[in-house]
Amino acid sequence: MNEPASLSTIEDSAFVELRIPPKAEWAAVARLTVAAVASRLDFSLDEIDDIKLAVAEACTHAIGRSNGDHPVELIFEAQPDSIIVTVRDFSTSPHLESVADELDENHVGGLGLFIIQSLMDDVDFHVDAGTGGELTMAKRVGGTF
Amino acid sequence: MDIKVNVRKSAGDAYVVELAGEIDVYTSPKVKDAITELIDQGHYNLVINLEKVRYIDSTGLGVLIGGLKRVREHGGSVNLVCTNPQIKKIFDITGLVKIFGIFDDEPSAMKALV
Repeated sequence: MNEPASLSTIEDSAFVELRIPPKAEWAAVARLTVAAVASRLDFSLDEIDDIKLAVAEACTHAIGRSNGDHPVELIFEAQPDSIIVTVRDFSTSPHLESVADELDENHVGGLGLFIIQSLMDDVDFHVDAGTGGELTMAKRVGGTF
Repeated sequence: MDIKVNVRKSAGDAYVVELAGEIDVYTSPKVKDAITELIDQGHYNLVINLEKVRYIDSTGLGVLIGGLKRVREHGGSVNLVCTNPQIKKIFDITGLVKIFGIFDDEPSAMKALV
């Protein structure tokens, strides 16, 4: 059987989508999935561990925001030299509206977002009144951390 | 995915909480229960052995921080045993290396308890 082609030889992006129930036991599925996607790129094992943790933190954050009422949607975009992960919670509950706000709160949720910011190259989080919270993070192969 | 928790008495009044597996939003309540039970019983000097922990996230860190806060209210202490570079990295980036005593082996962690 031939080895699967490395994404580093593929010019186009590849998308993988996952929707999980907003329950703690499903967070592990999200981090295992992103590890599988990231392993298709040329990330080191340490970088894949970083991405797993960042995605798990984002899922924990989304699950907390959803209050169990909304699914959590994850979109993994594998590019030749980076991975972009979007985590949506579909919760319109009033909440802190930015990573900076969360960090100011100094609670466990803030700690999770601090970890995401530390491990990933780019992070953005915003809440839309109609569609809920969306956290997008990117990591480049051989990136900054 | 699961976490195994083994609690055993050590020298003096100290207890060792040995953890094995993954500590995340799903498994961290089990760790919290074990630590809370020890503190409720009046044991305030703890060594938490993370040698067999493959993964920890902010919910796990939150449990450890909560335990440390509670034992310190009673003059106690929590020391950690950890050599896994990926786990130590999480303590580094969150600044928790300055709050917890982190040791390479259990005897050293035990010896350093208050």
